[in-house]
Amino acid sequence: MKELSSKLKQVKPSGIRKFFDLVLNSKDVISLGVGEPDFPTPWQITEQGIFHLEKGHTSYTSNMGLLDLRKEISKYLKKFFNADYNPQDEVMITVGVSAGLDMAFRTLLDPGDEIIIPAPGYVCYEPLAFLTGANPVMVDTREDGMFLTSDTLEKHVTSKTKAVLISYPSNPSGKMISKEQLVDIIETCKKHDLWLISDEVYGDMVYDIEPISASTYVKDRLILLNGFSKNYAMTGWRIGYVACPKEVLDEMVKIQQYNVLCAPIMSQYAAIEALRNGRSELERMRDSYELRRNFFYEGLKEIGFDVEKPEGAFYMFPSIKKFGMSAEDFAMRLLKEGRVAVVPGNAFGEMIDDHVRCCYACSMDELKEALARIKKFIDSL
Amino acid sequence: MSMKEKLTEILKENSRLSNEDISKMLGVSEQEVKDMIKELEDGKIILKYSAVVNEELLEDDTVTAFIELKVTPERDKGFDSLGERLQKFPEVKSVYLMSGGYDLLVVIEGSSLKNIAAFVSSKLSTIDRIISTATHFQLKKYKENGVVMGAMAQEGSQRLNLSY
Repeated sequence: MKELSSKLKQVKPSGIRKFFDLVLNSKDVISLGVGEPDFPTPWQITEQGIFHLEKGHTSYTSNMGLLDLRKEISKYLKKFFNADYNPQDEVMITVGVSAGLDMAFRTLLDPGDEIIIPAPGYVCYEPLAFLTGANPVMVDTREDGMFLTSDTLEKHVTSKTKAVLISYPSNPSGKMISKEQLVDIIETCKKHDLWLISDEVYGDMVYDIEPISASTYVKDRLILLNGFSKNYAMTGWRIGYVACPKEVLDEMVKIQQYNVLCAPIMSQYAAIEALRNGRSELERMRDSYELRRNFFYEGLKEIGFDVEKPEGAFYMFPSIKKFGMSAEDFAMRLLKEGRVAVVPGNAFGEMIDDHVRCCYACSMDELKEALARIKKFIDSL
Repeated sequence: MSMKEKLTEILKENSRLSNEDISKMLGVSEQEVKDMIKELEDGKIILKYSAVVNEELLEDDTVTAFIELKVTPERDKGFDSLGERLQKFPEVKSVYLMSGGYDLLVVIEGSSLKNIAAFVSSKLSTIDRIISTATHFQLKKYKENGVVMGAMAQEGSQRLNLSY
């Protein structure tokens, strides 16, 4: 047989695949390794999807997606972030934010280009950027409190740098960037003529502070990505969107056209309902995560973890440095000895070998039991 | 939401959480939680702590009936005096004044159908101001106090143990 794609072979099959398989097949384990809400989709949203299925709305939509949904997204961006996006040609519905990311990379990047990606960051950024032939430049942000600062960004810009990717609140750290830092990054992008990709999928899941978006401060060089998975507990519906200038979207839509064609129509209808009438449910879920965040944070601190209180998402990213083992060893031992699953930090950037991600979107009973088990494990070290 | 409202929401969902747990959730001291709960109890805002029980699994044979009452209101007091009188019966679980086709809704629990029938005919129908009664027996509970009952309650989450 002839060889499979050499490019694809270079994409690491995630070094922790073995660990993952082990967790997926474990019983009697409390999993803090989940990356999605613990709520089912609010019923009114699901019901809307069912309604359209029953009506026989099972066709394709336009490549861009249902205009009504794009209009609702445009209204949302205007209302909350004072951003102006024309629903006709500046908003496109995607199959989750992941598909939007892939298209954004392929629209912007040529082989040899560099894209700056802060680590820790969501797992798909590096491999998807790499597959375009570009060089993902992973920037360690641990020293800066898990944020990309404009100073650090400045240090990594070269003549080949074409784009910067940011995502706050961050998966895995839950940390939220401040308005000032965001504006500084945008200024740096302007200075060096860089594209900015902002993945804001956890944007509404912030506590103590108001949601912020890059779209408030810049438009001409911004590719904004967002979706419904986290904010409306709709992970399985696979629905996201991209908002960007028309000239960019005119190119990007070609990928959608020849790839997935469109996002599932019933999911698009459900998403319309989410934006029209789902806000109170979103807030109810957010309030519930906030209580659990507070609880879990105090619990981890009591056990003796060095951990920053996250402002958003539903993750906590404690350091495990003081326990004298790698993130992967820690996660493996905690799984085997403590029966609790967490995700090792190196899943979110190879160098992040001293943190683990804990998801607190679990019931209070599970969180209490997980903390008790973690404490027992730590005490045994 | 005020701190007190947050606290009542937490207790409505799970009143068995310790003050310590609640203090961590709300980011206040344990003493503050204790004080707030006392205030809510003293002010009769929190009246009692109870469990939502799936009686079907207990094989409890309790029968529940919803009884609609049409009533002649009393001068000056309207429906209040009757409502207050009805709630004194230990069989009566809830009493509501309703808008629409009837006036009072009474929820009754008894050990058997016969039992409830006897209560309606001997205790309720004989009260002067009650014009008529209509008794509906509860056949099955799907949801109570926001909690899903029956087969669907057994269904666990389908989330993968690990995802990004």
